[in-house]
Amino acid sequence: MTLEAEAGRGRPGQTLPRSYLGAGHSVRSWLLTTDHKRIALLYLGTITVFFLIGGSAATLMRLELVTPPGELVSADTYNRLFTLHGVIMVWFFLVPAVPATLGNFVLPLAIGARDVAFPRLNLLSWYLTIAGGVLVLASLLLGGVDTGWTFYTPYSSLYSNSYVTLAAMGVFVNGFGSIATGINFLVTIHTQRTRGLTWMRLPLFVWSLYAVSIVMVLATPALAVALLMVVVERLFDLGLFDPARGGDPILFQHIFWFYSHPAVYIMILPGFGVISEVLTCFARRRIFGYEAMVFAMLAIAIFGFFVWGHHMFVSGQSYYANLIFSFLSFAIAVPSAIKVFNWSGTLYGGHITFEASMLYALGFIGLFTLGGLTGLFVASVPIDVHVTDTYFIVAHFHYIMVGGMVTAFFAGLHFWWPKITGRLYSESFARLAALLMFVGFNFTFFPQFILGWMGMPRRYWSYPDDFQVLNVASSLGAVILAAAYLLPPVYLGLSLWRGKPAGDNPWDATGLEWTTSSPPPRENFAVLPVVDTEPYAYHADRVEPHRRGDASHRAVSQSSDPGDDA
Amino acid sequence: MIAPPDAASVSADSFDLMFLVMVVFSGFIVLLVATLVIVFSIRFRSGSRANRHEVRRLVSREVEIAWTAATAFGAMFFFWFASAHFLRHAAAPVDAMEVHVEAKQWMWKATHESGARELGSLHVPLGRATILYMNSQDVIHSFFVPAFRLKQDVVPGMTTTMWFTPTRTGSFHLFCAEYCGTGHSTMLGEIVVMDEAAFAAWLEARPGSGSLVDAGRVLFTEAGCASCHDPASAVHAPDLRGIYGRPVPLADGRIVTADAAYLQDSILQPDRDVVAGFDPIMPNFSGLLDEDEVAGLVAWLRTLERDDG
Repeated sequence: MTLEAEAGRGRPGQTLPRSYLGAGHSVRSWLLTTDHKRIALLYLGTITVFFLIGGSAATLMRLELVTPPGELVSADTYNRLFTLHGVIMVWFFLVPAVPATLGNFVLPLAIGARDVAFPRLNLLSWYLTIAGGVLVLASLLLGGVDTGWTFYTPYSSLYSNSYVTLAAMGVFVNGFGSIATGINFLVTIHTQRTRGLTWMRLPLFVWSLYAVSIVMVLATPALAVALLMVVVERLFDLGLFDPARGGDPILFQHIFWFYSHPAVYIMILPGFGVISEVLTCFARRRIFGYEAMVFAMLAIAIFGFFVWGHHMFVSGQSYYANLIFSFLSFAIAVPSAIKVFNWSGTLYGGHITFEASMLYALGFIGLFTLGGLTGLFVASVPIDVHVTDTYFIVAHFHYIMVGGMVTAFFAGLHFWWPKITGRLYSESFARLAALLMFVGFNFTFFPQFILGWMGMPRRYWSYPDDFQVLNVASSLGAVILAAAYLLPPVYLGLSLWRGKPAGDNPWDATGLEWTTSSPPPRENFAVLPVVDTEPYAYHADRVEPHRRGDASHRAVSQSSDPGDDA
Repeated sequence: MIAPPDAASVSADSFDLMFLVMVVFSGFIVLLVATLVIVFSIRFRSGSRANRHEVRRLVSREVEIAWTAATAFGAMFFFWFASAHFLRHAAAPVDAMEVHVEAKQWMWKATHESGARELGSLHVPLGRATILYMNSQDVIHSFFVPAFRLKQDVVPGMTTTMWFTPTRTGSFHLFCAEYCGTGHSTMLGEIVVMDEAAFAAWLEARPGSGSLVDAGRVLFTEAGCASCHDPASAVHAPDLRGIYGRPVPLADGRIVTADAAYLQDSILQPDRDVVAGFDPIMPNFSGLLDEDEVAGLVAWLRTLERDDG
């Protein structure tokens, strides 16, 4: 009996499948794998590398901004740094972070499936991400791109002397990876659910992946179109965005934001799902208002397609368009608020413990609330006219993207780490990192709200002296934040060889992924589970558990028929 | 230091009030959520002896409906609140002083009605509405004056407008707020608000004053406009007398008002808005006339209305 077989032990009386990690050790067994769990780890490695590159660019920018005149790097270098930071972090970290990494690992396990619907397409998605990433990194090594991640025309199409074509092609190629992942997840959720797992019994993380997949499939083609137009304009000089030849520079913004606003929801919706899993587990409570949570996520996914014009209040579009987009942007605040209140309500009457994942989840609620509320500011036309393209916007979207999504990613990574690796990490180090990240994040980005309100424009390499105090504060915060981000690789890495074995279900959680071994076997389950209860059945319905021990009601019964994997 | 931005326009004051209301409201919500999360976390921590009574389904459903409704009501209230402010300040007064602003990598140029020009600064009189007609020669820029709480993108190929009434004399930052390349963060300027008398004296002292309309009149003939647009001309072209401010039916069925922006666009891109009943035969003047000459022509066309009407 090998060690791997030991780790992937089955239920008593079943044959012993091997852990997915032991199903082959060659490079080939990884690069040609069709196992969703291994593909998830390929993604994890990839986004970690990109996060370090994008984070280093951010660190250099914050250092540059310590003093008002540009002293550390040149203006051209600075412009390349913020472009690199944006392109890498948006498309090569945030978009794949939760769906393609955590989602890939957890989704089939959470719905009691042996893999995603199209395992080979899943691998192709990763190769497309890698191909896109290589193109972007090539543009970086050749000399960089200076258009900002938004690629606004006509600057990007007619004026920029940098490697725009290469970078745009990189993002274009990567987009097909997103679309393929979206299709794969949609089909998987429709066709691969195990017996008894009806739609209203799906964990919210699965619902969030469903919602985000819809957005990825429908929105990403618009990005592809916008970027392709920039590329062909640069290569063939078509004049699509050149007003002198009848083109329209604003056209690009409409197409770009038609993708990029929904993309904001690509980057935050899966976070909603992760937080719902973590909060219920450590509060030992059913989620408050399950159905409202499901419909709120779907509403956000759909409404997200109709608010793109709020990025363009000062672009010269008509007053009526501004008012309509403003109205729709306020409307989308309602489902977002429902989620925040329902998470708070979930804590009521629980038996709460504060493991690292839970600290991240609680922090998420606060940071997302602040990010969402400042969204009301920028949904108001007259306030947006003042704060758009200032540091207020920078702070606003970092509260959603970093305070929200990156926090949710860490919550999920810590939550599922024992399942992924079969090991427990050091809880005290993990809690320390969570607290440091929360403090460092607020220290970095809250001053930027004030800077924006005072009028400091974004993407400024040098700035008037009035803004220095808050820039120094923000840069100090960034040092704390950078230090906090370096902790998880250390203690998570250590857990791989020093960590205690996790056992199948270290958190005593309800999801199907916790019913198999840690790490799971290649086929996920020795016997496919059958579901007969609602999700988050931490206690009997309508009964409040009086002791924590009462709150470990089993959600799942095992099928006794080993041949049943329909 | 950390100081609130100067408030130097009529809309800045009402902006500040609105901003304050939203900050207070947001602060209240953040406190509410933080209180709920922290109080529940402490009270219902594992091992605490808090009474965990049953939450009946009906109660939780009512709670859910209540906060959904409250949020929806709040969202609509703020939409109304903000939009009312926006619409109140949307249209410029008809007697606003006009200034033409030209943006290019990486500088701001302004041309006053009198023909006076300035680079990197804009002088405006206190208490008088001023409207800017803005064009870009290259990429998208954005005219941002924090003290006025105003920002407007300046887009190549179209004329955008922005207006304000200064309420304080002094000198205020002008920033380019739309990323425009290497020199973006050095594309700065200064808005100088002077009282009426000082402004008049300043304008008087500028070279080129008083000649914008005259220049336009001369150019109207010299550039060849008159050879087609003269009512006696054999070429079939619209008669421009009294054109300013009138509705103009276009070939594609739209009807636009012939304001300064329309006239400017029609000179620089005649193919874009062709007048109904006319062939698109007008040559494109965008490479032939500079922005001062265009401003002169527009100023001249406006006087035609006054003569006519």
